[in-house]
Amino acid sequence: MLTISNLHAGIEDKKILKGLNLEIKAGEVHAIMGPNGAGKSTLASVLAGRQDYEVTEGSVEFLGKELLDLAPEERAGEGLFLGFQYPVEIPGLSTTNFIKTAVNEIRKYRGQDTLDAVAFLKLMKEKMALMNIDQTLLSRSLNEGFSGGEKKRNEIFQMAMIDPKLAILDETDSGLDIDAIRIVSNGVNKLRSKDNAVLLITHYQRLLDYIVPDFVHVLYNGRIVKSGTKELALELEEKGYDFIKNEINEDEEVSIAEKH
Amino acid sequence: MNMTELFKDQFAQLQAEDKDSKLSALREEAFSAFNKFGIPTVRHEEWKYTRIGTLFAKDYKSQVSGQVNFSAKDVDAYRLPGHEDANELVFVNGQFADKLSTIRSKDLTVLHLAEAAKNEYSEIVSKHFGHSSDYLKDGINALNTAFVKDGIFIHVKRSKIIEEPIYIYNITDAAAENILAQPRSLIYLSENAQLQIIETFATRGTEDSFTNQIMEVIVEKDARFEYCKIQNDSANASQVSTTHIRQTGTSYVNAIIVSLNGEIVRNNTNVVMEAPHCEAHLYGLYFQKGNSHIDNHTIVDNVMPHCFSNELYKGMMDENSTGVFNGKIFVRQPAQKTNAFQSNKNILLSNNASVNTKPQLEIFADDVKCSHGCTIGQLDEEGLFYLQSRGIPEKIAKSMLLVGFASDILDKINLPHIRTYVDHLVAERLGN
Repeated sequence: MLTISNLHAGIEDKKILKGLNLEIKAGEVHAIMGPNGAGKSTLASVLAGRQDYEVTEGSVEFLGKELLDLAPEERAGEGLFLGFQYPVEIPGLSTTNFIKTAVNEIRKYRGQDTLDAVAFLKLMKEKMALMNIDQTLLSRSLNEGFSGGEKKRNEIFQMAMIDPKLAILDETDSGLDIDAIRIVSNGVNKLRSKDNAVLLITHYQRLLDYIVPDFVHVLYNGRIVKSGTKELALELEEKGYDFIKNEINEDEEVSIAEKH
Repeated sequence: MNMTELFKDQFAQLQAEDKDSKLSALREEAFSAFNKFGIPTVRHEEWKYTRIGTLFAKDYKSQVSGQVNFSAKDVDAYRLPGHEDANELVFVNGQFADKLSTIRSKDLTVLHLAEAAKNEYSEIVSKHFGHSSDYLKDGINALNTAFVKDGIFIHVKRSKIIEEPIYIYNITDAAAENILAQPRSLIYLSENAQLQIIETFATRGTEDSFTNQIMEVIVEKDARFEYCKIQNDSANASQVSTTHIRQTGTSYVNAIIVSLNGEIVRNNTNVVMEAPHCEAHLYGLYFQKGNSHIDNHTIVDNVMPHCFSNELYKGMMDENSTGVFNGKIFVRQPAQKTNAFQSNKNILLSNNASVNTKPQLEIFADDVKCSHGCTIGQLDEEGLFYLQSRGIPEKIAKSMLLVGFASDILDKINLPHIRTYVDHLVAERLGN
């Protein structure tokens, strides 16, 4: 579904991603972990098409198309969804109106008929129950004055409404209490299927107790330096990122020594 | 012939034609004030960013007598939604056209100003007509008064609530020549009365029009006055529009100005709170493009204690448009416990658009709560990306953000017909 090859990207003159490779197949859940500053959020931003980032090398193939050539809204149309780490507050724009526009614009992009008010409402009711989200929240301005938990729940609710092929969830667990994590995870799990995939970006193993990944990758210094199954996350939790850093430094010392 | 000489001739003619009018002496006074002050230049502090001198370099036909070549059918093009249930007052080229106007509310009195000056309302007229001139010591204000032959006088009797709004259409017929129109009105809300006015401006034809309007409003104790001015005139139409409101008793005022088009548009919106516990809300939304210039000058003058005022003006400036906001709050020494708030927020949508904003507070009392602030920025990139990442194309996403920005002003328009109408105008401007 998604193939990232040798991706180099940065912001202004700062290089952040330095040759990242990753492959995600339909039906899989991948988790990317890594210390602060490793490039996790940069990866999410680059994939979703944030303008501030410049891709200098590499390619990203998504369902047979070169993702990097597409505008952010086209990527969404193709089936990519980014759950924001910090969902943006937009005063004066009602959440319902926003989601309705999003759902219908994506349908238009795919050449489908737009949903009328009745069909939209039916879909919304169904997904609201799934996410345990209240009508009053949706009639408020988008994310304005929402609590941290409400914002994240709203992200997953949007995901449920849009029904993407690949969902990238950027630190969806940050700032959530245990109950909120359970609701959010529950939502994600219910949306898992053999046709779609999820990429979780997280600092902590905790989220992975609820959303069990098929693969865990460690991102460090702009590259994926270690991949494994969910046990890798437990190992990281126990030992911290230092053991990875040490391993890499040893490797580099070895490679430097070999060169000499 | 230059404008000054033209005005001189026209003035002499008007005074000769209409020498018995009660307004004659006032005109005389105003014309000498006009000669003294002249047309304000950019050297005048209050006109620093708005150059209207060039407008007076044109030849205008200034119509001072009541004959207009306009039919009710012609007015149809300018009627606002909901007009079937509204009082409609029509001005053509600055002259009140009573034959084209419809009064539906039985408790509403609308008279020619000259007539009101002679009958039972003469005391009110002589006491309140021209009160705005003290505040605006400039030639533009004097020019309107100097040429007042007629205008409207609107009166609401004590404890009468006018359920149907008044729609005022200012129509300028510039099909054949440049027109200078100077509408004038005096509005009086007696104790415990309520009135709502919606006002629009339109120019017919492609010649230039210049409207120099003064509306003076008296709001007595426990009265409620709501006003909404919609400026969506043609790009060949300019105006200086003064709304001067005196709250002579504890009362409520709400004034909204929506400015969407015009060559040079200058609004003077003044509220003088002369009684304790007055409340006033001033809102403005300006959304300009092309070479339009919009200038909003406001004054909130707190004379007595315990008054509350809230002022919010928001601007969206596209292409080469230029904007000015100048908000002045006075808190006089006796006006203790005043709460006065003011905010002006602007979004620049192009590299060539600009806004000059100047909030001003002059406080002479020592126990007050006042705030003012202004911002000028660009469209929120984060918000734009957020919307796009949900599949919403850039153009639509921008529109949604701008409508969101404007919504807290639009939400203040409480007549559903007018709200829908303005929403439609804004959507049209956004190109949707």
